Amino acid sequence: MQELIQAVEQADSPGNLIAAVRALAAAEIEAGIPTLIAVLGYNNPGAATAAVQGLIQMGEMSVQPILELLDGYNYGARAYAIRALSAIGDPRALECLIQAAANDFAPSVRRSAAKGLGSLRWNQLPAEQIADKQAKAVHTLKQVCHDPDWSIRYAAVAGLQALAKSGNQQPILAAFEQMLQTEAEIAVRARVQLAQQQLKCEV
Amino acid sequence: MQESSPEQSPEAAQLTVEQAIANLRHEDLSLRYYAAWWLGRFQVKEAPAVDALIEALADEADRTELGGYPLRRNAARALGKLENLKAVPPLIACLDCSDFYVREAATQSLGMLGDRSCIPYLMQLLAGGVEAAVRVPERPHLAQPCEAAIEALGSLRATEAIPLIQPFLEHPVERVQYAAARAMYQLTGDNAYGDRLVQALNGADIQLRRMALNDLGAIGYLEAADAIASAAAENSFKLIALKGLLEHQYNQTSQSLSDDAIRVMNLMDALL
Repeated sequence: MQELIQAVEQADSPGNLIAAVRALAAAEIEAGIPTLIAVLGYNNPGAATAAVQGLIQMGEMSVQPILELLDGYNYGARAYAIRALSAIGDPRALECLIQAAANDFAPSVRRSAAKGLGSLRWNQLPAEQIADKQAKAVHTLKQVCHDPDWSIRYAAVAGLQALAKSGNQQPILAAFEQMLQTEAEIAVRARVQLAQQQLKCEV
Repeated sequence: MQESSPEQSPEAAQLTVEQAIANLRHEDLSLRYYAAWWLGRFQVKEAPAVDALIEALADEADRTELGGYPLRRNAARALGKLENLKAVPPLIACLDCSDFYVREAATQSLGMLGDRSCIPYLMQLLAGGVEAAVRVPERPHLAQPCEAAIEALGSLRATEAIPLIQPFLEHPVERVQYAAARAMYQLTGDNAYGDRLVQALNGADIQLRRMALNDLGAIGYLEAADAIASAAAENSFKLIALKGLLEHQYNQTSQSLSDDAIRVMNLMDALL
């Protein structure tokens, strides 16, 4: 086990690093999580992707370490970490995703946070907290729907659609109606229409 | 296409439309330069802005060491974004400017404005064919802005330029080849040209892959959707390309959601 971690730390070429990260990720050992998180900052996309996969596979086990080790100074690393948190969907990431969706300067971070806010596993929260926390997520995503960057608005629509499936649809449907009045970007309008269509089908 | 984006300065952030227009004639040349960029960036379409920018196309005050005209470049770029056809004749006149970057900016803007009266002048830029489209010694560009001219002719649907553009598919510079493939697809609808851009997604150079993504988005080549989604490039570039496909599809089906549009959006969702 220690050998797998050392192999990552001592890899002497980008190719070796990717192979070592893949091996460590596949082993799914808790002690390897900080190393996988460190790899996100190595500026090696192949290795980072493998590390994200490993973190996602380990699921809830990864969440607390990612939240503690999140790199505030390296947006590349942060984007990978947010992607992992979004895919895992553990509601402990809520505050972190709200911050990232609303305030991060990197569009890639904001997009994956916005999408992730929609697909948290709300039922892991105490029942009495769910409505309140979902309202917070909806509030954030509605703000993000006004971002100047179309791709971030697009991601917020996808996030809102996912949220509408697991909670109070009313404010989300109202936000979509509102967006169709004002949204100028065709791609975002189309995504709003798709969300409306798919939500209608499920009712 | 390149976007010039000067550093934000405090006074610049507070610019109003009136100030920006006035600044185009300011004695401080850097304020003129910034104002021209600003008017384009915020798409100030009012007549006085257009008139002042047209005036700036003839500026003589702002010169680089090599004789370039920075203000003219920015004014030409801005006019492309303001949708006012009054700018077409003065932009055509810029195609004879001694500064390559003024010619390039004017060419791009003429392509964006969509007025077909410029087509013969753009074709003139390609007159010598591939043989004449050679690099200027010690400069990072060709003798004429061929790439921009080819792209503009494609988006202006200048089918009369097909025989002129086709040989550029074999131009030694890859980005010129892409421009030719992109225009040929727009002018003929032949998938062989779209597929050439899809193949370019497998190129070794990330910069060229990004360019091919941009071109595929610009022509809305639906057949490229999956290749775009799995290309080795950043998600931001892939999203912009897929956005182009989606817009194309959405406009063709009079703003309703076709199965193809939904397929493209599913690919986009997976890249968020």
